[in-house]
Amino acid sequence: MKHTSLLAALSLATVTASGLLLADVAPTRQAEIIHLLKHDCGSCHGMRLEGGLGPALVAGRFSQWDTDQLALTILYGRPGTPMPPWRPFLTDNEAHWLATQLKQGIRP
Amino acid sequence: MKFSIGLTLGLLLLWGDAFAGCLTRGTGDMGIVVERAAGSLQIVDTTLHQTLFRVEGLGDLSHASAVYSRDGRYAYLFGRDGGLTKVDILCGNIVNRVVQGGNSIGGAISQDGKLIAVSNYEPGGIRIFSAQDLSLIADIPATKVNDRDGNRRGSKTVGLVDTPGQRFAVSLYDSGEAWVIDMKNPKVPKIQRHEKIGALPYDALVTPDGRYYISGLFGQDGLSLLDLWHPEKPPRIILQGYGRGEQKLPVYKMPHLEGWAMAGDRAFLPAVGRHEVLVVKQGDWVETGRIKVHGQPVFVMARPDGRQVWVNFAFPDNDTIQIIDTETLTIVKTLKTGKGALHMEFSPRGEEVWISVRDRDEVQIYDTDSMEMTHRLPADKPSGIFFTSRAHKTGL
Repeated sequence: MKHTSLLAALSLATVTASGLLLADVAPTRQAEIIHLLKHDCGSCHGMRLEGGLGPALVAGRFSQWDTDQLALTILYGRPGTPMPPWRPFLTDNEAHWLATQLKQGIRP
Repeated sequence: MKFSIGLTLGLLLLWGDAFAGCLTRGTGDMGIVVERAAGSLQIVDTTLHQTLFRVEGLGDLSHASAVYSRDGRYAYLFGRDGGLTKVDILCGNIVNRVVQGGNSIGGAISQDGKLIAVSNYEPGGIRIFSAQDLSLIADIPATKVNDRDGNRRGSKTVGLVDTPGQRFAVSLYDSGEAWVIDMKNPKVPKIQRHEKIGALPYDALVTPDGRYYISGLFGQDGLSLLDLWHPEKPPRIILQGYGRGEQKLPVYKMPHLEGWAMAGDRAFLPAVGRHEVLVVKQGDWVETGRIKVHGQPVFVMARPDGRQVWVNFAFPDNDTIQIIDTETLTIVKTLKTGKGALHMEFSPRGEEVWISVRDRDEVQIYDTDSMEMTHRLPADKPSGIFFTSRAHKTGL
């Protein structure tokens, strides 16, 4: 519960590195995305995001990455690796929201 | 007379005390259901469709699998967080537990039942333990590679199985190798390294007879085949032409090869990046058919008699199970289970199949003849289901 309200607060206004002001992601949708992150991204990255066949998605790993790069990787995948594009399931806005959570360090 | 009754009662009381809470029964119709998020498991009775015990405190079970001791009493559970846990399924408790690595992906029990091998992503390699007390017997680090962050680390290891001759076989994801580890002398493991088996082996299996070790490849078309009867022969690529030149579809969950399907002389395999099940003739390993299915197959499992093959799918199609008739190679039924149909396990002779449905928090049990659901068992985010019949099968 505490977790959800924290996420809601974080998402109130997210500004990307490119300066684009993103619309809010509704709390119910946030919960769906976190479920996706935990169970489906988790197939490769681990349910606790500590890594598996894919790398760990812990905040420390993303210090060199900006949120836009992360969001683009989520949306379009990473050619030459098993990372697939999640474009069919996430809007630009939702991918940026998720990228922000990952960069800040989320523990689903 | 009176004395002997008293003595018997006394002995019975003592007996009862020593085995408090433990069952006195055979384990042949028992199994476990992994509850991935809660880090717990249920011990189940497959005849009565009931839960017997719930065991907690097993760590991160998000990709957990299990093998059984040959007496069918102990389950060895391999957790994602490197935990190796020995569970007594008659008493419903943890006998022993070690956290042996940082990030793990399954394991195997040796032919003689005395060794447990664990496959690790972090640190990349294999560790081998005593099945008795989980003490470390051998630590076998994998080939070093450079990872994407520029660090030197051991290759991830996948597809670890037991093979005849007290050996284990394993594939190395990053370095593209397959190793056969001979543990006849546990103090001196003998490793045969096959290099360049193909790009990015993501999982592997051994045929039920223990002869062929086959690694699925993510980085190229085809699979790598090793004939364990002829260790002098290098591995070769089979099904190389499969899908050549076609655009691959995204893979939202890697297929599993462990539960692959042998039906007569044919094998049924999940295609990678295509919504198809491949049919392959064992022996010459040529493709004899493809069956279009609902999504990216994850597990392709034959009913023990080989007449049906049941298939589940990767996200976003993991609410569906399809059943293939192996005689006509057609889909005879499509089931909608609810989201997160993660794993299937057949009863030993195949009259039932248990399916874990994560987002419904239940295990669904189907009659494989009518293909109708007959029972449900509540479970907290269930994933792997493992019955004791695996205890006597090579590669499981």
